[in-house]
Amino acid sequence: MSDTVSALLAGVDWAAVAILTPLAGGAAAFVLPDRARAIGVAASVTTAAAAVALVWLIATAGPYDLAVGGWSAPLGIRIAADGLSAVLIGMTNLVGASVAVHAALTGRQTKPVAEAGVAAWGFWPLWLLLLAGLNALYLSADVFNLYVTLEIVGLSAVGLAALSGKAEAFKAAIRYLLVGIIASLVYLLGVTLLFAQYGVLDLAGLRAVLVPAPATQFAMVAMLAALAMKSALFPLHGWLPPAHGNATSPVSALLSALVVKASLYIAVRLWLDLYQPAGLGDDAIATVLGVLGACAVLWGGLQALIAKRLKLVVAYSTVAQIGYLFMCFPLWADGREALAAFVYLAVAHAFAKSALFLACEQVQRTLGDDQVSSLSKPELPGAVKVTFALAAVSLVGLPPSGGFIGKWLLLESTLSHGLTVWTVIVLCGTLLSAAAMARVLARFFAPEGQAAAHPQVVGDAASWRFSLTPLLLAVAAVGIGLLGAWPVELVGIVGTAQ
Amino acid sequence: MTVSLGYALLGAAILALSIYPLVLARDLLRRIVAANAFGTGIFLILVALGFRGEGATPDPTTHGLVLTGIIVAVSATGLALALVARMHAAGARLEDV
Repeated sequence: MSDTVSALLAGVDWAAVAILTPLAGGAAAFVLPDRARAIGVAASVTTAAAAVALVWLIATAGPYDLAVGGWSAPLGIRIAADGLSAVLIGMTNLVGASVAVHAALTGRQTKPVAEAGVAAWGFWPLWLLLLAGLNALYLSADVFNLYVTLEIVGLSAVGLAALSGKAEAFKAAIRYLLVGIIASLVYLLGVTLLFAQYGVLDLAGLRAVLVPAPATQFAMVAMLAALAMKSALFPLHGWLPPAHGNATSPVSALLSALVVKASLYIAVRLWLDLYQPAGLGDDAIATVLGVLGACAVLWGGLQALIAKRLKLVVAYSTVAQIGYLFMCFPLWADGREALAAFVYLAVAHAFAKSALFLACEQVQRTLGDDQVSSLSKPELPGAVKVTFALAAVSLVGLPPSGGFIGKWLLLESTLSHGLTVWTVIVLCGTLLSAAAMARVLARFFAPEGQAAAHPQVVGDAASWRFSLTPLLLAVAAVGIGLLGAWPVELVGIVGTAQ
Repeated sequence: MTVSLGYALLGAAILALSIYPLVLARDLLRRIVAANAFGTGIFLILVALGFRGEGATPDPTTHGLVLTGIIVAVSATGLALALVARMHAAGARLEDV
């Protein structure tokens, strides 16, 4: 049965569909703002279907590899995907399509598009551009193409962050843009230095010729530092909480769940494909990344515990979760062993975090603000509370959630490497995030006072439209833990050339 | 010392000069200009790398990279200036970011 499906699917180049559909949809949504929402949902869902087909093909028939236009490297540009790319493509498109559906369900405009202005429809072209950039990034197989796609992702993300039109959002967007520009330029400097030494940009080509020369090591450190900055690794995380905390909820969900993973993926790709095989994956650099990750886990956890606004609690929890992902780096000394931990943590975080940020929207609409101190008001719908509880289960890492499996694999790996200090830090971070989530959940489930005689609920804030997608995403975050070894097997699919 | 090395060193000098205002200038417009200078430095190095000897055709790959890089830099600058204009219109001070 699976052979027939594979044969049917193999006829179409799904990678091209996954890149070109959102690109065409984004252009169409920009030209036709009246229909932007319909175009946006249709393009997101089509792209997600293409991505699922691509992942299926990679899982059954091995890595994907295409020389664009028939020109092979080094002259042409190669696009390729192995198991790691496949998992992240699947995650991006499933979470992305859910957020798009949520934005369509909740973003009903009472005013005609012409009056409501760009805030009403600007989400759709920018989101589709972001999706095209993300899919192209995960399919890129050379360091310069990774730079270009990272820029597409970065620029559309800044546009999205500014969409809410608040003064703080503009400020946060400019900070985000400046950090993004500096990081991209430093990354480009690293690419230039590599090209100057080897004359190759293709990942597989570089892997074959890389030698541990000082200039190579400088390029490598520059690229890793730039990517750490883009991924908001402590202490370069200062731009993240304001940018994620002041955007509209669907945008916060996309930025936190998907965009930070893109630069992290490039760091992992370079680390596993170039630096480790070429003997450049220095212990010292891995340790620095791990220590900064550990600091991020503790600092992000602490800030989440004391943040005054609900969206900032959620945003600081992203800082901590990124810390866990960077803590995987020192554990990769023997290759791809700890990759499963990374993938489980990244995917579970994407689902749980998008659920939390989308649920914040209903909290904000019901209560009028998102101060943590006002969360104990009894007006909140039950679905929001359940969504928060389920997503917290995965973020904190309780069984059987995806977050639990990720943390378990991480702990196991730290113990087997004899890095007991890391084990202690992971456990402390878990305690901190449990405390931060408990602070929110305690207010949710132990409401104070009576419901107001005249509920202040604005419009249809209590409607199912606001709670359906977050709830499904939170259930998925927990459900990932029940998939068994399938994701690990998928990650194990390694291309010969990537 | 070849001509191309001279251009590469010039690029490196531009790059080095732009780091300070890029990171520390308080005025947003200065930081945007500094980011452009930083990019120009990198592009100049890349162009110089394409030199393959007197009379020989230069390496087209580096030129392609520079062209792509310029497109990215122009888009990023445009977006930054648009955001600055919106902030200015909203009455925010450009030094507070």
